[in-house]
Amino acid sequence: MSQLPSDPSRRTFLKSSSMLATGSLLVGFELPYSLASAPKSSGAASLMTDAFIRIDRDNTITILMNHAEFGNGVYTSLAMMVAEELDIDWQRLRWEAAPTEPRYYSPIFGEYLTAGSVSTAGAFMPMRTAGAKTKALLLQAAGLLWQTDAVQLSTDAGWIAHSDGRRVSYGGLIEVIQDHNLEPPKTVDLKPTSAFSVLGFPKKRIEAPEKVTGRALFGIDIKRPGMIYGAVARPPVYGSRVIAFDDKAARAIPGVLKVKAIDAGVVVLAKDYWTASKGAKALTIQWDDLGLGQLSTASFTEEYRALSKTDGLLAEDIGDAKGLHETASAVHEAVYEMPYLAHATMEPMNCTAQVFDDRCEIWVGTQNQGNDRTVVAKMLGLPEASVVINRTLMGGTFGRRASKTADFITDAVQAAQGETVPVQIIWSREEDIRGGHYRPLFVHRLRGTVDTEGYPASWHQTAVGQSIMQHTKHDPTYMVRGIDIYSVDGCLQEPFGVFPYGTSYRIPHHRVESHNPPKIGVRPHEWRAVGHTHTGIAYECFLDELAHLGGKDPLALRLHLTQDNDRMHQLLLRLKEAADWDQPLAAGRGRGVAARVYSVSPIAQAVEVTVARDGTFTVDRVVCVVDCGFAVNPLGIEAQIHGGVMLGLNAVAYGAIDLVDGQVQQSNFHDARALRFNQMPAVEVHIMQSDAPPTGVGEQATTPIAPAVANALFHATGKRIRQFPLDRHGFILKA
Amino acid sequence: MVTIIVNDEARTVSASPDTPLLWVLRDHLHLTGTKYGCGISLCGACTVHLNGEAVRSCTLPLAAVADQRVETIEHLAVGGDYNAVQSAWLDEDVAQCGYCQSGQIMAATALLNNNPSPSDAEIDAAMAGHICRCGTYQKIRAAIHRAAKVTEGGGSQV
Repeated sequence: MSQLPSDPSRRTFLKSSSMLATGSLLVGFELPYSLASAPKSSGAASLMTDAFIRIDRDNTITILMNHAEFGNGVYTSLAMMVAEELDIDWQRLRWEAAPTEPRYYSPIFGEYLTAGSVSTAGAFMPMRTAGAKTKALLLQAAGLLWQTDAVQLSTDAGWIAHSDGRRVSYGGLIEVIQDHNLEPPKTVDLKPTSAFSVLGFPKKRIEAPEKVTGRALFGIDIKRPGMIYGAVARPPVYGSRVIAFDDKAARAIPGVLKVKAIDAGVVVLAKDYWTASKGAKALTIQWDDLGLGQLSTASFTEEYRALSKTDGLLAEDIGDAKGLHETASAVHEAVYEMPYLAHATMEPMNCTAQVFDDRCEIWVGTQNQGNDRTVVAKMLGLPEASVVINRTLMGGTFGRRASKTADFITDAVQAAQGETVPVQIIWSREEDIRGGHYRPLFVHRLRGTVDTEGYPASWHQTAVGQSIMQHTKHDPTYMVRGIDIYSVDGCLQEPFGVFPYGTSYRIPHHRVESHNPPKIGVRPHEWRAVGHTHTGIAYECFLDELAHLGGKDPLALRLHLTQDNDRMHQLLLRLKEAADWDQPLAAGRGRGVAARVYSVSPIAQAVEVTVARDGTFTVDRVVCVVDCGFAVNPLGIEAQIHGGVMLGLNAVAYGAIDLVDGQVQQSNFHDARALRFNQMPAVEVHIMQSDAPPTGVGEQATTPIAPAVANALFHATGKRIRQFPLDRHGFILKA
Repeated sequence: MVTIIVNDEARTVSASPDTPLLWVLRDHLHLTGTKYGCGISLCGACTVHLNGEAVRSCTLPLAAVADQRVETIEHLAVGGDYNAVQSAWLDEDVAQCGYCQSGQIMAATALLNNNPSPSDAEIDAAMAGHICRCGTYQKIRAAIHRAAKVTEGGGSQV
């Protein structure tokens, strides 16, 4: 693909998100593979025709998946891209996690990483190209086999058909390819969108049969010969170190095999997990809390509130909001506070590892296996090639399984050191909730004015909270002049750093500042939609405040502010109609709206709530419109929207992690409440029709739901909530 | 040694009698379709059928289920045919990450066995104890209604 730079990085991708809009379909993208790496000896059972495609003699087609499947539907999308060009029989399709090799790195990230809602965008051309090249190779082989012109040949779901009626399966051509040393062409034509019969059509999840029969293999389901289990006693104050421990009681439990200290705490190894966990509870451990026993989220919030009044690092300064506010007769001001949030994936963190003298093998669900391999190799003093990571399916992640420190993997590797068998470490739900990796607590101070017509004239926002990138050093390109671009993502009108988009609103005077107070002990972590999980609430709720101040309808105000941004403007017009925005609502009911751009894709939601006198409320309806370019799999998009809405609503209704004296107060689903079946609103999904290159949808829907609900509650009751979650401030989501 | 009837087969296990059925199934019998989610009966991921009723296996000690009949997700598709709930799950494309779905399907199957045509309120009552973090609730509801229609219409038994 000539448009792809030779060193594709997220910078080049995000700077030019339209690069995938190839005018020409002649594709010369060089996949770094060689047929030499595949078994070439005649009679081999299978053939790698490409880095991503393996064909077996029995006509099974295996796609090597270079992105992680954790509910995002990426295995299905990648398969669709290959299938569109290759023309396969879905019944004979298999999938396999691709190994940790550079040829499988994300072309956007330049590493083996599934994150940022960019997998579909990054894979769209390479996977189609892989399918098309394999098809060309098969046609060439069939031509040789039958000594015929290509024009006589066509494909039919895993078969090549000759116009005279002869047929040969793809697998039946392996020998011809091997005998003639055939190579796929360097360039191929891809189908035009108008010829698609797979892409753009609803396709059900390819791994669904495994998931309804209990056969799906998650990390926690790994069983290896001789494997033992480990449970870790972790410190009550996160970040503490072990000074000493008494394991007499633990060792007395039948089935307990060994007890030892690792970085994370003290691990008990046993013949089954239950015994290991009993052993971990029986330990008496002396901890050094390294001074972290004084941490409290209440004091963080107080400190951040004070900081938000002071000058921060300047992220954006359009016009002169500050000067204007100094002389304005009245400036509206509000402070929004969002707590730490846990990911609470349904499958708790876990990892299985076996450490040999000269190598290490790992079985784990991870978004970030390139990084994980590097971390483990360094820890063990091994070459990276000697660390093998077998990626499993994941029971959710929401960002948690992309850990720069590979924390849930190093636990297992350390526990397995010195053992002759594989060790599986499983985190209890309590360890998971208290595990110290959270969406950071944020305080946003906002000030604004409206003009004589009632529209926003000025905006001054100061965002205060831990920088994820500063903490994880994940990627320096995300730091601009000391500002973590994720901390202000969704606050800025103009593109910033590698993010090529702004809010899509136009306010004449617009100033945004950022404070990244360093904090020890609590690790800020990506959480589905990252910065938007707090900036979205602050921005969209304060915008609602200004609408109220100026006497404007919140959706009309957003339409006014997006006059220069046709994409968002059209999307909002569609939302207005789909949500019946102008229909009157009964007393006690309210409507709210929010519109966001995350990782290039614009998305907006309108919600309807009903609030009872006692403050209990229901979310009756969520109408969501998204523009993610060409909609690769409408069914998958719908699922992601449902998921984003649910997780965002869950967070705004209940989500909080509190630290008191360094100890996380929440522990399991009774106090870290999950949204229940009977609380799920009816979600209506509308996808803007588009032939633009596909962009992401995995995290986007998480961003507008929280502010839309808060705005709807205000509309229904006149009560403005600025501290979250809602259940602490008078609004309880009805069960 | 305790014997339980798992998926129509007598299995004798040497686990400690306080071991929850969940870990007996997973670690001793390697039936990993039943999942650990919370360990305190709050999320439903560990749901199995005990003598035909949906129960939480994470807080059910082995000693309490001696000689009783346990059915797990692995046993629903008897003879390779999905049961009506599994089929409906596939038709509605319910699963996302899929981790909670074994428990959801076991609960829905038990619900339809007891009540072939549940109302939305009855579905709420049966499913509210089952947490999904991916947002599949809306499709679960649709799938249960679909399965109910199939079984009512004389289709395959749940």
